[in-house]
Amino acid sequence: MTPKMRWKVLLVFVVVILAAWRASYTFRFLSMSEEDLAALSTDQVEQLEANAIRLGLDLQGGMHMVLEVEKEGLSADESKDVMARAQEVITNRIDQFGVAEPSIQIEGDDRIIVQLPGLQDEQRAKRLIGRTALLEFMPVAVMEDTDIVLRAIDRALSEQMLASGEISMETETGLPLSETERLERERPFSVRLRFPGELPFMAESDVAWAKAKLAGLDLAEVLPTYPDDPTKPRYRLAWHADTRVLSDDGEDYRGFYVLENEPVMLGSSVVSADVRPGLDQDYPNAPGISLRLSRSGGRTFADYTGRNIGNYVTLVLDDVVQSAAVIKSRIPAGTPASLTGNFTDEEASDIAIVLRAGRLPAPMTVIEERTVGPSLGRDSINLGVRAMLIGFLLVVLFMLIYYKAAGAIAVLALVVNVLLIIALMSSLPVDPRPALTLPGLAGIILTIGMAVDANVLIFERIREELRNQKTIRAAIRDGYERAFLTIMDANVTTLIAAGVLLYFGTGTIKGFGVTLSLGIIASMFTAIVATRVVFDLFTSHWNVKHLSI
Amino acid sequence: MEFLVGTHINFLGHRRAAFILSAVVILIGLISLAVQGGPKLGIDFAGGVLLQVKFDQAITAESVRESLEAVGVEEAEIQHFGGNREAIIRLMAEDAEADDLAGRILERLNTDNPGNTASFMREELVGPKIGEELRAKATMAIIYALIGILIYISLRFEFKFAAGAVAALVHDVLITLGLFSLTGRAITLPVIAAFLTIVGYSLNDTIVIYDRIREDRRKLYGKSFVDIVNTSLNESLSRTLVTSLTTLFVVVCLFIFGGEVIKDFAFALMVGVIVGTYSSVYVASPLVVEWQIKQEARRRRRHG
Repeated sequence: MTPKMRWKVLLVFVVVILAAWRASYTFRFLSMSEEDLAALSTDQVEQLEANAIRLGLDLQGGMHMVLEVEKEGLSADESKDVMARAQEVITNRIDQFGVAEPSIQIEGDDRIIVQLPGLQDEQRAKRLIGRTALLEFMPVAVMEDTDIVLRAIDRALSEQMLASGEISMETETGLPLSETERLERERPFSVRLRFPGELPFMAESDVAWAKAKLAGLDLAEVLPTYPDDPTKPRYRLAWHADTRVLSDDGEDYRGFYVLENEPVMLGSSVVSADVRPGLDQDYPNAPGISLRLSRSGGRTFADYTGRNIGNYVTLVLDDVVQSAAVIKSRIPAGTPASLTGNFTDEEASDIAIVLRAGRLPAPMTVIEERTVGPSLGRDSINLGVRAMLIGFLLVVLFMLIYYKAAGAIAVLALVVNVLLIIALMSSLPVDPRPALTLPGLAGIILTIGMAVDANVLIFERIREELRNQKTIRAAIRDGYERAFLTIMDANVTTLIAAGVLLYFGTGTIKGFGVTLSLGIIASMFTAIVATRVVFDLFTSHWNVKHLSI
Repeated sequence: MEFLVGTHINFLGHRRAAFILSAVVILIGLISLAVQGGPKLGIDFAGGVLLQVKFDQAITAESVRESLEAVGVEEAEIQHFGGNREAIIRLMAEDAEADDLAGRILERLNTDNPGNTASFMREELVGPKIGEELRAKATMAIIYALIGILIYISLRFEFKFAAGAVAALVHDVLITLGLFSLTGRAITLPVIAAFLTIVGYSLNDTIVIYDRIREDRRKLYGKSFVDIVNTSLNESLSRTLVTSLTTLFVVVCLFIFGGEVIKDFAFALMVGVIVGTYSSVYVASPLVVEWQIKQEARRRRRHG
């Protein structure tokens, strides 16, 4: 054997062994069932996972979300800051949620890409990530002020409704209006309120109407404003998050609040938020959130409560009143405040998480989301692998029948191809590691079909040379030589397409570009180098006289 | 064993008929596209929501539609499969995210069908902005790929070969688009990826034949161009068919066994492989021949 031959054989041998070794991790990892994995120690599982091929979200299950940050209304300084802060807040929230290997990246000016592999409860994650979580301690306006506000609203609505013809001061019968009818027309809003105690409630069935009507008002015009800022109303209107049943008629009512538009304190004064049971007498079995305040926050609150005994203060989260309580006495600094409502364990836990992690500096919208449940992920792997095996089998059968022994060599090359692709994908020191997606798996399957092409080109040439009466060794040599350029040409174009997909694609499409590119490169290696070595071994070294092709 | 060796099929003799066949198939596709107002875009490009659910037992599409209407979804496309147990629901929604529409649909499906649990399989939501961006990206990708390929072929062969190759590609894409339209399948991101793959793959075939033509031109100097190309095509026939066959094996397996998620992708590949092979033989090469013949005729008129 010439030294050159020896090097080639060694090279091929080493490559094949390495590929088989690296790929073995993936095979082992993917073929293990849940029970098998549970039987291993966490270290072993981690090591196996790190060495096996990384699975894309569509095979592993998980969520991919693109959030767009609304930068409108922010100053130039805030604008620069906001992306980093938003990323931090989301990362904090997700950390507490407990997802392995989350990825939260800023993209461009105003987008954040969140990837949560292996996520089980995507609805919850969405809600958790998206909420602004602006927590404010808002005072309820005193009775006289509330009265003024309600009258102002009534006047404005009454005018509006008369102008639009929704109501009229005349009746069909021509008789003068009754007291109730007059009230409905002059005080359309207040007439729907009930005061079981000091605070107003409205029947749930009227709330949708009320919200729509209020939305149609310009509050800066209707309500009294601040002397130094005539665009800012002195009062804010809000609804309670829950309904309750008022004793006599069993109907659902929702609390309506006229709040002073200056918070006593913000959520930034909240130092910690913990879920505790039994904080509220109204909901003794429901969990509540106990909030510990910062020192300055505690002092502010103590101050305020000391001066406002008998008044109501509310905890407002994202413009919705979560709880309202009357100040019975001065709340000394150090006492935790409690946020209660008819929460489920999950809701309470989520509110605590967002309060702890901080509020989002700007509102965000989800502009793209793709979530795959774990069972579909597993199904996809199984189906994909099955399709691959069946296709592989068909190709193998064909190659053996059509090209006989040479076909067997081509089949070996195919196996090495697949091993190479898997080995490369699981071993390339790139960050983030290339992930195998469902189209990626299809890419591997496609390469099985296409890889044969290089071999076919070579074999057909060899056959031709043999037909032209060349010797076996000459036929092999010339076959490979003639075919080489054609193989290069042909593969380059598919590589260009794969490259474009790699560059422009994201997520699953990128995965396809990766496997296709790797597959083509691998198939060129095996067809040109590996199979040649085998042929040469057979003919030169072991002196085979007749070529079964 | 081998077949199709030593054939002497007069490929180029049939080229008029082949052109007419191609024209007819493309026309049918174009009519279908025109009737449907353009290609059917999946939510990746048109925006919208996709929800795939799996029920324990078979369920009718009508009952699913009823549940959808109950949550306020008037127009939705429901695709049924897996023994009528699985369904893919596609719809356009304005505020799908703000509402958690998918979540409410799932809830409703479960309350409407007690005892027949609807399990979440996957969800996709694409806002209009992203849809626009993906459309732009896909178009760019296709243009770049075509330019790259055009440059490459022009470098390796003469320009008229490149023109023939590109014509074959356009032919392939048009036919595949037409078939998608006829079968009511939607164009999604994976389908575009499949298109690009077909572009690369179909070129593969075409280049192998071109290589042969170039070689035979040298070897068979003196013979007419038509004869040379015919010889090349016959010589390459075996290889062309075998490669297409093996690729077709795997792609058909993917289509049949690969599951619903990858089906449209596999369909595009299937059509692409078949049409791509055909076009390498009956579109690219004949066009090159026509170009050459016209070139030679012009030259003769000038000098004669």
